Amino acid sequence: MIVLTPLRQFQFPVMAECINPDMFQGKSLDEVAALPVWEGNKQKKLGDLFKIEEDKAETPNITINGNVDEVRRIGSGMKNGEIVINGNAGMHLGEKMAGGKITVQGDAAGWAGSDMKKGLIEIMGNAGAYLASPYRGSSTGMRGGKIIIQGNVGTDVAVFMKGGTIKVHGDAGPFLGFRMSNGAVHIEKNAGTRIGACMTGGKIVVSGFLEEVLPTFTIDSVKPKVKIEEGDSATGPFYVFLGDLAENGRGKLFVSKTNNPHLSMYERFL
Amino acid sequence: MDIAIKNGKIVESVHARRVKKIDATGLTVMPGGVDIHTHIAGAEVNTGRLLRPEDHVKDTESKTPLTRSGVGYSIPSTFTTGYRYSRMGYTTIMNPSMPPLEAKHTHEELNDTPMLDKASYPLLGDWWFVLEYLQKGDLAECARYVAWMMNTSKGYAIKIVNPGGLESWGFGRNVHSIDDQVPNFCITPREIMCGLAKVNKMLNLPHTIHLHTNNLGLPGNYATTLDTMRALESVATDGKPVAHITHLQFSSFAGDGWGNMRSGAEEISKYINAHSHMTFDMGQVIFTDTTTMTADGPFEYTLYQLSGHKWVNSDVETETSGGIIPFHYKRNNAVNATQWSIALELALMIDDPWKMFMTTDHPNGGPFTAYPKIIAWLISKKARMATLKRCHKKAQRKSLLPSINRELSLYELAIVTRAGQAKALGLKNKGHLGVGADADVAIYNVNPEKIDIAEKYKNVRRAFRDAAYTIKDGRIVVKDGEIIQHADGRTLWLNVQTTEQVKIDDEIKRKFKEYWTVEYENYPVTDHYLKNSDPITIKADV
Repeated sequence: MIVLTPLRQFQFPVMAECINPDMFQGKSLDEVAALPVWEGNKQKKLGDLFKIEEDKAETPNITINGNVDEVRRIGSGMKNGEIVINGNAGMHLGEKMAGGKITVQGDAAGWAGSDMKKGLIEIMGNAGAYLASPYRGSSTGMRGGKIIIQGNVGTDVAVFMKGGTIKVHGDAGPFLGFRMSNGAVHIEKNAGTRIGACMTGGKIVVSGFLEEVLPTFTIDSVKPKVKIEEGDSATGPFYVFLGDLAENGRGKLFVSKTNNPHLSMYERFL
Repeated sequence: MDIAIKNGKIVESVHARRVKKIDATGLTVMPGGVDIHTHIAGAEVNTGRLLRPEDHVKDTESKTPLTRSGVGYSIPSTFTTGYRYSRMGYTTIMNPSMPPLEAKHTHEELNDTPMLDKASYPLLGDWWFVLEYLQKGDLAECARYVAWMMNTSKGYAIKIVNPGGLESWGFGRNVHSIDDQVPNFCITPREIMCGLAKVNKMLNLPHTIHLHTNNLGLPGNYATTLDTMRALESVATDGKPVAHITHLQFSSFAGDGWGNMRSGAEEISKYINAHSHMTFDMGQVIFTDTTTMTADGPFEYTLYQLSGHKWVNSDVETETSGGIIPFHYKRNNAVNATQWSIALELALMIDDPWKMFMTTDHPNGGPFTAYPKIIAWLISKKARMATLKRCHKKAQRKSLLPSINRELSLYELAIVTRAGQAKALGLKNKGHLGVGADADVAIYNVNPEKIDIAEKYKNVRRAFRDAAYTIKDGRIVVKDGEIIQHADGRTLWLNVQTTEQVKIDDEIKRKFKEYWTVEYENYPVTDHYLKNSDPITIKADV
């Protein structure tokens, strides 16, 4: 196991796609210290920014002790192995991830799990905006894997999502699941507005309060419970909405009946 | 043999002792590359850049002491465009669609595209003045307006896109054959094309009309293309070309729907081999993520309906329309793979290399940086069969490529990538290495005497990606694929002198007030807009 400790508080963004178990594999401490990173517009070595030590324990492969809010692209494109961050993580955490596991004990900034294909990201604190969403303008989206957030998430989560599971134990911001076409998102608490806009498939489950459902969604039924993934289901009862009809969508939006008495007016359309 | 260069020109000989020598023994020397059709500047290219931040993030270039930084894979920023062309040994490029209203913007971007000589074709096929005078049958007055527009927009050739279709698109309609009526103008695409071809002759313009056919990109459109070519026979007189059909691949689809779309290359090439009144370019499709952009608004709308991607569509008042949509050509898509095959079939089945040139219609078929790949496919059957083997099964079955054994020699390659294009464009000083030519030279690290280029196509591909030397106006600008010197290219444009000027009277000013969003006084591209202006004076017959 390699332990990284930031030597100082970083003032500028640090691009560190090299903090990645695949990159560290088979490298000595000196070789790891020589890996290139960008700090602002200056190219530096990893050893210039972090104290690098080796630990006897086998797992996780990489541990970062301390807040690395400004360090971006940790675990970018990783295929296997495990990273534990004992602190906050910067933007683009686990971007294009294709396997392995990342655990963040603190918060994660925007674009965590962006374009993810496989693997697991677990964030004990809150996650920023664009969780599991593609880069601006792109329509790639999350295609597989799982993301668990113990806290809250920001806006525009799961945009263009095409597969995988996202479980949020807290609240979610607006525009969740925009243009989503497959996969499942479960919000255990409250969700923001315009949820599922332009979605064409997949499943969004809101167990808490939802202020309104978009007018392009139509009510389908009331169900007592819904399956999120193998071995995990949410208990309702839930109103089931279908949409987004503006895009001829077949997406499903499950909204808790108990926590949303103001949606009871939909029942007369059943 | 030696090639002597002095003051940016190729000369008979130079003083042997005081010269800088390049030893090109064992290398291939060609004139600098000429690209007849590549969208690299202007309003639509820039809107494409705005539309696609994800295209920028995947391809970035840092600055060096000599070159500026840049971004973009399918629509690179202006400086990067110049550098990338230069690294491949290109020295002259033609920006093929400039709405005259956006001419100032286009020239500003061309000023910032270094290393290359460049020119733009104004879109005139659906300009109201052209339609009005062609409808009246007053070709001489139409010619004077076209001449005025060449001078005003600093253009180089008449570009016609989906004639009549763009005007119809302003009313949500399109034309579906060359004899459909254009709304409000009582004119047909046939009359527009033939009329402008005649106008082109009256004005003695160096290039022919540059034509993007009707029904482009729709299954079964090869019939329209054949009709177009037959219609233009009436203009041809002395065997000289009267029109250039661009990105012919997109105009050579057979079948009656996307399900049974197949290649129309056989019919098209049979006709072309028997006639010599037109020239063509390929419009090769590359299997990659690219951005399509054309003045053909209705076609871009069709693409939107097929793909559901984000899109832009616009109507340029009185002149033309435009559309942009990202597109990913995929090997395992039967239609895309057939398109890939069609372009190569056409290039190989048209016998005369002086008729058919190499382009991707950048960025519509793919970025120009893929040219080395196309070169490999053209010179080597092995290369194209290797790609065909990985294509969609249905496309493989329908492809004619397994039956074509032709492999282009380096001489033929020089024709389809520079000499033929320069000749078709009427650029007398480009595309050859004779005395008096511009000293634009490309040297590639290929020795056809040592290696079998068809067998070792990968070496050739590498050589054409990174030119050993590129010489622009007598100065070495690229060595081993690296920029070693900055050069500003020139902007070519036609100063067409008619015997009688267009009368700029109250009538035309009134029209500007009524129909344009700009004032007449603000419309022309004035001389100070061009950084390195290189006007070509043309004496017209009218």
